[in-house]
Amino acid sequence: MVIDERLLKSVIAEVLQEMNFDNTVDVKGDQFIPEEISNMDIKEIGDAQKGSAPNEVVIGLAAAFGVHQTKTIVGVPHYEVLREVIAGIEEEGMNYRIVKVYRTSDVAFVAHDSAKLSGSGIGIGIQSKGTTVIHQKDLFPLSNLELFSQAPLLDLKAYRDIGRNAARYAKGESPNPVPVKNDQMARPKYQAIAALLHIKETQYVDGNKRPQELNIEFK
Amino acid sequence: MKSKRFEVLEQRPVNQDGFVKEWTEVGLIAMDSPNDPKPSIKIENGKIVELDGKRREDFDMLDVFIADYAIKLDNAEKVMKMDSAILARKLVDINVSRKEILDLTLSMTPAKIVEVVSQMNVLEMMMSVTKMRARKIPTNQCHVTNLKDNPIQIAADAAEAAIRGFDEQETTVGIARYAPFNALGILVGAQVGRPGVLTQCAVEEATELKLGMRGLTAYAETVSVYGTEAVFMDGDDTPWSKAFLASCYASRGLKMRFTSGTGSEVQMGYSEGKSMLYLEARCLYVTKGAGVQGTQNGSVSCVGVPAGVPGGIRAILAENLIAMMLDLECASSNDQTFTHSDLRRVARTLMQLVPGTDFICSGYSATPNYDNMFAGSNWDAEDYDDWNIIQRDLKIDGGLIPVTEEEVVKVRNKAARAIQALFRELELPEITDEEVEAATYAHGSKDMPERNVVEDLKATEEMMNRGITGIDVVKALYRAGFEDVAESVFNLLKERIAGDYLHTAAIVDKDFKVISAVNYPNDYAGPQTGYQISDERWAEISNIRNAVSPEDF
Repeated sequence: MVIDERLLKSVIAEVLQEMNFDNTVDVKGDQFIPEEISNMDIKEIGDAQKGSAPNEVVIGLAAAFGVHQTKTIVGVPHYEVLREVIAGIEEEGMNYRIVKVYRTSDVAFVAHDSAKLSGSGIGIGIQSKGTTVIHQKDLFPLSNLELFSQAPLLDLKAYRDIGRNAARYAKGESPNPVPVKNDQMARPKYQAIAALLHIKETQYVDGNKRPQELNIEFK
Repeated sequence: MKSKRFEVLEQRPVNQDGFVKEWTEVGLIAMDSPNDPKPSIKIENGKIVELDGKRREDFDMLDVFIADYAIKLDNAEKVMKMDSAILARKLVDINVSRKEILDLTLSMTPAKIVEVVSQMNVLEMMMSVTKMRARKIPTNQCHVTNLKDNPIQIAADAAEAAIRGFDEQETTVGIARYAPFNALGILVGAQVGRPGVLTQCAVEEATELKLGMRGLTAYAETVSVYGTEAVFMDGDDTPWSKAFLASCYASRGLKMRFTSGTGSEVQMGYSEGKSMLYLEARCLYVTKGAGVQGTQNGSVSCVGVPAGVPGGIRAILAENLIAMMLDLECASSNDQTFTHSDLRRVARTLMQLVPGTDFICSGYSATPNYDNMFAGSNWDAEDYDDWNIIQRDLKIDGGLIPVTEEEVVKVRNKAARAIQALFRELELPEITDEEVEAATYAHGSKDMPERNVVEDLKATEEMMNRGITGIDVVKALYRAGFEDVAESVFNLLKERIAGDYLHTAAIVDKDFKVISAVNYPNDYAGPQTGYQISDERWAEISNIRNAVSPEDF
């Protein structure tokens, strides 16, 4: 899917317009980097298959990721999120596969579905707004290895650490969990916006569509 | 030119908050959505065949569950014909008893009960809460967590929270695998502080149940229900599976309540365009139908959503009131940050604090908010004195007790030593004297030494594999010389044999006597009735450490 800059701008304008905030996120602040997603090319190449390679981690993206939404709740561009997670995995000498999960937008299930597809049994689920979970196929869906529930606190370093830790779990190691962050003012500032972003993600959920294998090229 | 007035206003904390305009189609509306169903009921052969404008053949699974289990049919047709404004006036009328109200409200449909509360302003709702709360005496619950999941700090904070008056305490985790240690920390710490305090560990449901069955927790609260079928399905659940889970707790004599709240369905993207309050009413009917003793509701972790739309805080009070109108124990939230503004957070809490609820906060953060792993509470340890003084100013009972530094240091130290001894006896990773000392004087996890997280996580897994139970905890504490704490944990375990604390709004006092809506029902009927602050309690509330007396000069 090719998205040109004009289309992208109109999408962003539309999102902002629909959000209709009186006073919400600081869209002029440093954190907001209106990045193009044209430096990432996402192609769906068919139903994702269950992997058998024990050295792979599967990254599961929620339905709107990188296509209908292009950045996290604090404006981290999706291509940079993916690039860091992948770099973290590769640093540990492991491989990755990327899938898109359509049947749900619940990040626990996105991660768990990915873990079940993964040859190592380790998966990472990422929502468009940035919320991320590291999962293992034999855990209960609503349990997890590591949960990063406060998306506004996730920066690029956190995503790299997440990739790295997932790879270590895949190798059978017990890494130190990525330090948990907590900001009690994240909810007052972001929850209503998070709801909007999640509604928009959920609009692309398709209960009958199997996870799709993705081919992603960074330019 | 820019207005200097507006420049100042823009800097105010309240303007850091996120607000959104109503968006009816996706359910971003607190109450009275044009898409909310109109109240109706049709009963044929003792079965509801039409509920709120929908015929049985069109019911979704929530409708079926509610129609079959949650509504008393005897009065239903009569009540549904009554004018909602008249019903609302009865709720406010001190001459109409709680029992008379329940005869009406338990036969209403979800749409009807929402229509009734929609007739009321917040003051009228507060009047109703004063009367409709299940237990006569209000009380409070707290959160005891920290950023590092440090179990020694949890024990010390739990002990302090217990002497500060919290009758129930809840922990959760930053890292899921830490759950068994957090459960141990809060259990032991709370019993050191005040025998009989109930503790829980809010984690993934299967783990939470296992901790309860093992006797490492005394109750559960984080069993979530939702107001639309799609959100239920998203969690791989149904009302029946939740009812089954509830019965698992009951089968082991464990107290438990469901949790739900306005905004969760819209937050999860499946609101069917209905108002937040209507969907929450459906949750409460599912809770009632499942036979659970109570609910934690009041938007809870989704509070940023209703708080972001017009009338949202009123809707939160309305949902608490609906829980009480269904004769459920109500832990009324006030537990999660929703604003940067101190003014807003107090205004929001007065709705429950002034009338009093079964648990006003669920809970109040017993740590500084940076350590609150429920992503921050509306009240935290730094607000202790503010809360105490608000009680004193208004002569209301918010469940807290002013304490001295000396008492706090002493009880924190004992809790830290008890958990140190327990870890030693159970062959868990060492707790050093340095950690005990740090926990004794700590304000938060920034004051605690680092632990070896990988080693702790291995030990939690191993502890669960070994099958450690509450009885092992009792024996270990006894062997280590903490006989009194051992006895309290043992008494807590015995509660589940008696099962008395499965009654609505149950708490356990220091002599392990249950206080609930059964033996201590709310009988408010106007001034000088219902719960009255005793002279002893008033002296306790009045006696804050920073008040000077005439003799001081």
